Amino acid sequence: MSFFPAAQGTGRRAGPLPIGRPVPLRDADLTRRDRLARWGLLLAAAIPTAMLLLIAALMVAQSVPAFRYAGWGFFTGRVFSFGNLYVTKLQVQNGVPAPHGATYGAFTFIFGTLVSSVIALLVALPLAVGAVLALTERVPTRLQSTVSIFFELLAGIPSVVYGFWGILVLGPLLAAHLYPVLGRLGALVPFFRGSVGYGEGLLTASLILTLMIVPIIATTTRELVRGVPILAKEGALALGMTRYETARVVTLPYVRRGIWAAALLGWARALGETMAVLLVSGNLLNGLPANIFSPFSTMAATIVAMLDSALTDATGMAVHALAALGVVLLVITVATNLLGRLIIRRVAGGAVLPVGRGI
Amino acid sequence: MRPALRAGRDLGFWALCFLALAVVVAPSLAMVGTLLQQAGPALSLHLLTATTANNGLQNAVLGSLLIMLGVLLVAGPIGVLGGIYLAEFAPTGRAWLLRLGYETLAGVPSIVIGFVGYVLLAQELHWGFSLLSGIMALSAIVLPYVVKTTEVALLQVPSTLRDAGMALGLSRLTTLRRALLPPAVPAIASGLVLALAIAVGETAPLLYTLGFSDQDPSLSLFQHPIGYLTYVVYLNATLPTRLEHEVAGAAGLATLLLILALIGVGRLASRRAARFRAQLPT
Repeated sequence: MSFFPAAQGTGRRAGPLPIGRPVPLRDADLTRRDRLARWGLLLAAAIPTAMLLLIAALMVAQSVPAFRYAGWGFFTGRVFSFGNLYVTKLQVQNGVPAPHGATYGAFTFIFGTLVSSVIALLVALPLAVGAVLALTERVPTRLQSTVSIFFELLAGIPSVVYGFWGILVLGPLLAAHLYPVLGRLGALVPFFRGSVGYGEGLLTASLILTLMIVPIIATTTRELVRGVPILAKEGALALGMTRYETARVVTLPYVRRGIWAAALLGWARALGETMAVLLVSGNLLNGLPANIFSPFSTMAATIVAMLDSALTDATGMAVHALAALGVVLLVITVATNLLGRLIIRRVAGGAVLPVGRGI
Repeated sequence: MRPALRAGRDLGFWALCFLALAVVVAPSLAMVGTLLQQAGPALSLHLLTATTANNGLQNAVLGSLLIMLGVLLVAGPIGVLGGIYLAEFAPTGRAWLLRLGYETLAGVPSIVIGFVGYVLLAQELHWGFSLLSGIMALSAIVLPYVVKTTEVALLQVPSTLRDAGMALGLSRLTTLRRALLPPAVPAIASGLVLALAIAVGETAPLLYTLGFSDQDPSLSLFQHPIGYLTYVVYLNATLPTRLEHEVAGAAGLATLLLILALIGVGRLASRRAARFRAQLPT
């Protein structure tokens, strides 16, 4: 028992979530050494924010020439080419010089990033929620931590290993067995029509991304589901509801908004993922994927794939163009991420969202 | 509704949920299996005695360990001190702003951080492809994680300890050192270890900051590119021959083992942290 009512809420032992804040500090309570230390610590605490501002400022500054050169064409154009880097002839557009033939149209990459991450999210969301419900509601308590290890394994596997496995095993496997079946949908849905390819492309990348974001959504959902009041669940069961009805009527409504937030975080991760997509995307340049099975590319993967050759552009425009891709990516991911955190703060108070990969 | 129908729905729903669980569990096992199968023929001491120039991994293992050490030295102190500030010293308004800052940094795609690392560190500051550029880029990625875990660890220490310190007339620093930090240490350590696990699995931020070398790493901070495990996976995955895939598998396996060991240590530390907390007064 605490003597001070104000402190009571902060001392709860159970549960993985931090509860409440310490009593606010007043300046009068601090000694001179305290105040000195506070300034020193503030310096350390400000570094992540300073890094963020530096990153944003530098990316914007780097991208300006490319945006000016390409104008709105940057968002609508489908051809992304550094031009002829071996000839000194320049081409001036909107007052900005670039190598002859340079065109910076990023539509295909923006399309690829959005579509692959949305497919990944649509598959991952029911998968993660279903898996977590099975884990928390039906798996015996003794076994739960053992089964959880697989979620951690999934979160811990490096993204290059996802890519390696994707090109070596998953892609060929899906192309041989699943995609021909899905291809029959082509009769109904145009995006499924045509060649099912050899396993490197939009759908394979999306499914790899799915596996990568499942742990993020699952970790948050698991914490939320564990926070559902046990009395409400027992009440529902006592009324004669089946466990499915209890999940539908009590558990899921209770955690719904939190799951939306987790989904946004997972989406942000899928948007920014680089290495796995780079390996399994098939790296299509200057064209939209013909169907859901065909090669494509994303903004993040293109930055990695093309930075090497961009460095040989003496005018520097190629690097600026990739920076412009980075800025678009940055704006989309940061907005998604912030929205997710905003929602969960309003829904779950101090609930911890995973920072990083959901380990 | 008829009871049989309701029971049927119940069964169907949970069958789907368990199917989802299986679909999540199976690939994680399959990936480990693939790594073992690919790496199998290459697993020998040769991997540790030869560099990647001769299809070994010595330089990559040393490089990865070196980067982990660097990240621990850079992101560790900054993150822990920053977390202490946010939990114990920050006025509410400022804490909100700084928290927004690090959470947003955590959402920045790793390739963007790598790009900035290349433009700013490798080019502008003339550090080149080097250990320091790589460590800084990786530190930017794991820093939010360290700050967050430190902050949460301290917030889970009951506030009665703070009140008690104040009642005894202790300064805030002394209260922190003597009463608040000791029970928080296991949780902070677990955060640090997991941050290293994230760091060692990254590739994108290192490609254009750390570069790659197939020789053993030099200890020079500037201008010397260094080899690391995840790059070997990336590079060899795209190369054609069987042997190269074996080395890629071995490098992936080594990375995964390193990460799993770190996650295991982190788990132990956080279990310890929970036990610690349970002994504290409320």
